[in-house]
Amino acid sequence: MTDVTDATTAKSAPTPDDGIRIADAEASGPVLAADGTPLKRSLSRALRMQKLRALALIAPLLIFVLITFIAPIADMLFRSVENDVVAETLPRTTPMLAEWDADSGTPPDPAVFKALYQDIFFAAERKQHTVLGGRLNYEMTGMSSLFRKSGRKVEDMGEVYQDQFEDLNEFWEEGENWNALMGSDEWNAEMAAWDPKGDARQPRFELRDGIEELLPQTSETFSAYAKFIQTVDEDNLAKEDPWAIVYSALYDDLTGPAAARLNDYSGPAAEELRAAAAAVDTFETVDYVAAFQDIDKDWTDPEVWQTIKTYSPRFTNGYFLNAIDMQKSPDGPEMRPENQQIYIKLFWRTLVMSLTITASCILLGYPVAWILANLPARTANLLMILVLLPFWTSLLVRTSAWKVMLQQQGVINDTLVWLGLVDTMDRLVLINNQTGTIIAMTHILLPFMILPLYSVMQTIPPSYLRAAKSLGATNWTAFWRVYFPQSVPGIGAGSILVFILAIGYYITPEIVGGTSGIFISNRIAYHISQSLNWGLAAALGTILLAAVLLLYYAYDKIVGIDNVKLGG
Amino acid sequence: MKLTKTLLATSALTIAAGMVHADAHMADEMTIVSWGGAYSNSQQKAYHDPYMEKTGVKIINDESSAEAVSKLRAMKEAGNVTWDVVDVVASDALRLCDEGLAMEIDPDEMLAEGDDGSSASDDFGDLLVGDCFIPQIVYSTTVGYRTDLVGDTPPTDICAIFDTETYPGKRALEKRPIGNMEWALLCDGVDKEEIYDVLETEEGQQQALDKLATIKDDVIWWSAGADTPQLLADGEVIMGSTYNGRLFSLIEEQDQPVAMMWDAQVFDLDGWIIPTGLSEERQARALDYVRFATDTQRLADQAKYISYGPARKSSAPLVGKHAELGIEMAPHMPTDPENAKNTFLYNYEFWADYRDDIDAKFQAWLAQ
Repeated sequence: MTDVTDATTAKSAPTPDDGIRIADAEASGPVLAADGTPLKRSLSRALRMQKLRALALIAPLLIFVLITFIAPIADMLFRSVENDVVAETLPRTTPMLAEWDADSGTPPDPAVFKALYQDIFFAAERKQHTVLGGRLNYEMTGMSSLFRKSGRKVEDMGEVYQDQFEDLNEFWEEGENWNALMGSDEWNAEMAAWDPKGDARQPRFELRDGIEELLPQTSETFSAYAKFIQTVDEDNLAKEDPWAIVYSALYDDLTGPAAARLNDYSGPAAEELRAAAAAVDTFETVDYVAAFQDIDKDWTDPEVWQTIKTYSPRFTNGYFLNAIDMQKSPDGPEMRPENQQIYIKLFWRTLVMSLTITASCILLGYPVAWILANLPARTANLLMILVLLPFWTSLLVRTSAWKVMLQQQGVINDTLVWLGLVDTMDRLVLINNQTGTIIAMTHILLPFMILPLYSVMQTIPPSYLRAAKSLGATNWTAFWRVYFPQSVPGIGAGSILVFILAIGYYITPEIVGGTSGIFISNRIAYHISQSLNWGLAAALGTILLAAVLLLYYAYDKIVGIDNVKLGG
Repeated sequence: MKLTKTLLATSALTIAAGMVHADAHMADEMTIVSWGGAYSNSQQKAYHDPYMEKTGVKIINDESSAEAVSKLRAMKEAGNVTWDVVDVVASDALRLCDEGLAMEIDPDEMLAEGDDGSSASDDFGDLLVGDCFIPQIVYSTTVGYRTDLVGDTPPTDICAIFDTETYPGKRALEKRPIGNMEWALLCDGVDKEEIYDVLETEEGQQQALDKLATIKDDVIWWSAGADTPQLLADGEVIMGSTYNGRLFSLIEEQDQPVAMMWDAQVFDLDGWIIPTGLSEERQARALDYVRFATDTQRLADQAKYISYGPARKSSAPLVGKHAELGIEMAPHMPTDPENAKNTFLYNYEFWADYRDDIDAKFQAWLAQ
C-alpha cells in the first residue's frame, strides 16, 4: 500500500480532504469560494454535513451495538475491579479500621466494635449483611455464616438500653413521643394532616431545629431510621416504634457532653430527657466487644478484621490476583498455596489446546477444501452439503454423538476390538480427557476452516499449476511453491475463526473433557452461575480477552492482517 | 431533515418496544421456573394442570432452574423480574435469601395447613431451611450399580465405591466436592458424627482428597444428572452416583440391569421460592399458587409421577401407585424406612461457608 500524504505528489485522484490541504498550503493568502468565504471553511462545512449524515445513517446500528453489546461487556469488565459492597455496608467501620494496625495481632479497639454494631444493625434491616458475608466468604472461609449469624443477633444488643429507658419512663415506649421530640413542628403538623389511605405521599421526616446540636448521635440514628421506614418499608412512621439502636444512641448522647446542654433545653420532652440524663449513669452498659464475641469468637480473630480491612477500598485488584493464582495478604500479593492453584494452568491449557485444535482443523480441512475447489461445480455443491449438514445440526447433538462414538463401550472401541486391533481388557480411553475435547471440537469447528479455505481456493486459477508443471516443476514443487502461497490468506482467516471460537468454548469441553480436557471458560461459567463470584469471573474474562487481543496483534505483526481473506 | 427524523423515530421505537415487551406481562399469565424433563412433567400433572383448571391462570414453563440464582441476580440488577415462582434446591434458596432475591415466607400464614390439622410449620418441620424456602420434595443423591457386572456379591456399603479390587471398573461421581468429600471421609474411617468437624480443617480436607485420589483414575466425573444413567445403561461404569429419581426411571421405566444401593444417600431438598421485586398483584398470585401446590394432597399427587418424597409429613400416607406403571411408589421413596437406614442430610450451613474454599481445592486437585 502506498501512503497518501500529499495529493500533489500522489497519483490517485484528489479528494475533498486534499482540497483542504491544498487550500491550507497556499502561501499567498486563503483561496476564496464563490460566496467569498474562505474555501477551507466552506469545504469543511460541506464535509461535516456529509459526515453527520453518514453518522445518522449508521446511528440505529451504533446505538443497538452500544446498548446491547459494548455496554454490558464494559459493565462486566468493570466488575473485575469493583468492590463497593464492603464500604457501602460498613460505612462507619471501614474508615475507623484504616487506622488499625493489621499486623498488631490484636483485634481493633472497642470503638470499632461499636461502629460495627451500628453498621450491621442497619445492614440487617436492609438485608445487606448477608450479601457482604457472601462477598467476603470468597476471600475467607466462614465469613458468610459469621455475618448471617451476627445480623440475626445484633438486634438484641441494643435492647439492653431500650428496656432500661422504657423501664425508667413509659414515655420512651411510644413512637409518637419520639416523633414529637425529634421531628420539626412543621413536619409533625403535616403528618397529623396526612391521610395514610389517600394517594398523597407520606411527608418526609425533618429534624427539629437545634436537636442536632443537642443530641447529635440520636439525631443521626433517628433520621436513618425514619428514612428507612418511610422509603424502604413504606410504612407509616407515626405507627412505628423506634429501633433498639436509637436507644443506644440516646444513651451515648446522654452520657456524653450533651447532658450539660440539656439544662438550657426547653423543647418537647425536656423533663423526660433531664430525668433520663440523671438516670443513665446507673444504667447497665453494653460491652460491644464481649457481645460480638458472644455471637462468634471469630470476631476477636485479627484475621477476620484483616480481611475486612484489605477489602474495604472501593476498587480492588483482588479478583485479578485470584485469577492468576495469587492472593492479597497484609504483606502484599503472594502466591496461593499450591493445592489451590488452578487458573494459570487452565489458561495455558486453553491456549495449547486451542492451537492444537486449530492445527488439526487445518490438516483435515485443507484437503477437503482443495477437493471441493477442484471438482466440477455440481459435485462440489453436493459435497458442500455434507460439510454444511453437521454445521446445521445442534451443537449438543453433535457432542453427545461423539460420546456414543468415543466411550470405552462405544462404536470405535467396539469396532477395534472386533477387528482384533485392541484387546477388550484395555480399550482406548478416548473421552473424558484431552483427546476427547480435541476430537469433538475439531469436528465441530471444521466447517469454519473449510469454508474460508474453499472460497479462497476457488479464486486460484488452475492454469497456474499447469503452467508450473509445464515449466518442469514436480507435483510437490508446483503445489508448495505456486498453489500453497496463494491459499495462505484462507488458512489465516480460517485459523483466526477457529482459534477464537475454540478459546471461548465451554459446552463441548464440559461434556467430553472430563477433568483434564476442560478450558478456562468452564471455570468462568462456574463462577457466573454456581459460585456467583462475578468479580472473579469478570477478571478471568478480561484476562482471556486481553490474551486474544495480544495474539491477534502478534498475528498481525507476523503474518499481517491484510493477508486474510474470507473469499474472492 | 426528514431522514434524521425517521432515524430518530426508529431508534426511539426500538428502545420503546423493548420496554413495552417487558410490561406486557399479561395479568392472567404466570411464569414458573423448574428443571425440565420428567420432573417438570410431574409438576405439570400434579400442580399446574389442576391449578390452571381451578383459576384459569395460564402457566408458562421455563426450564432455567439450573441457572436460577445467576439469572435472578441479573434480573434484579436490570430491575425487571419476569419470573413468578422458581423451583430451586435448598442451598440455592438460602443464597437467594441471603442476597435479598427471594421473598421471606411465614409458613403458618402463607402456606396451607396439613390435612391432618397440623400447622404448616409443624407439617414441614425441619425441612423449612432458611427464611425464604418452601419445601416441595425430598430427593437424594445415591449410588446405582450394574447388577450384571458386580459378580455374586452386590455392594451394600457406600465404601464399595472405593473398593476397586472387589468391584473393578469405572465409577461415576459428581464433579463437585459436596457429597464426595463426606463419603471419602466416611470410608476412611472417620466417625459419621465427626465428619464435618474433620472437614473444617485443612488436614481433613486433604484426607478426603487423598482418599478420593485412590480411585481418581477410575472415576468419570459427571456434571449433568442424566450422565450417570447413560453411563450405567451403556455399561461404561459399574456404579455411579446420581439423583434417585433418575435411577428409578432407569430401573423401572427402562428396565436396565441396575439396582440402587441407598447406603449413605445424601438427602437434599427442592422447593419453591418467590422472587422479590414482583408487583403486588403478581406476588399475591404467586403466593396463591404456592399455597395450592404445596398442600398435602398435591404433594402426595406428585409422587405418582416421580419417585421423590413429599416434603410434608401429612402427605406420606397418601402416596399411592405410579400413574402409568401401577407399582407402589412408597418403597421407591428415599424416605422409606428400608432405604433410609443410613443417610446424610446436606449440611447447608457448612457448605454455605466452605463451598468456595473446598471447591477451589477440589477443582485444583481434579486439574492436577
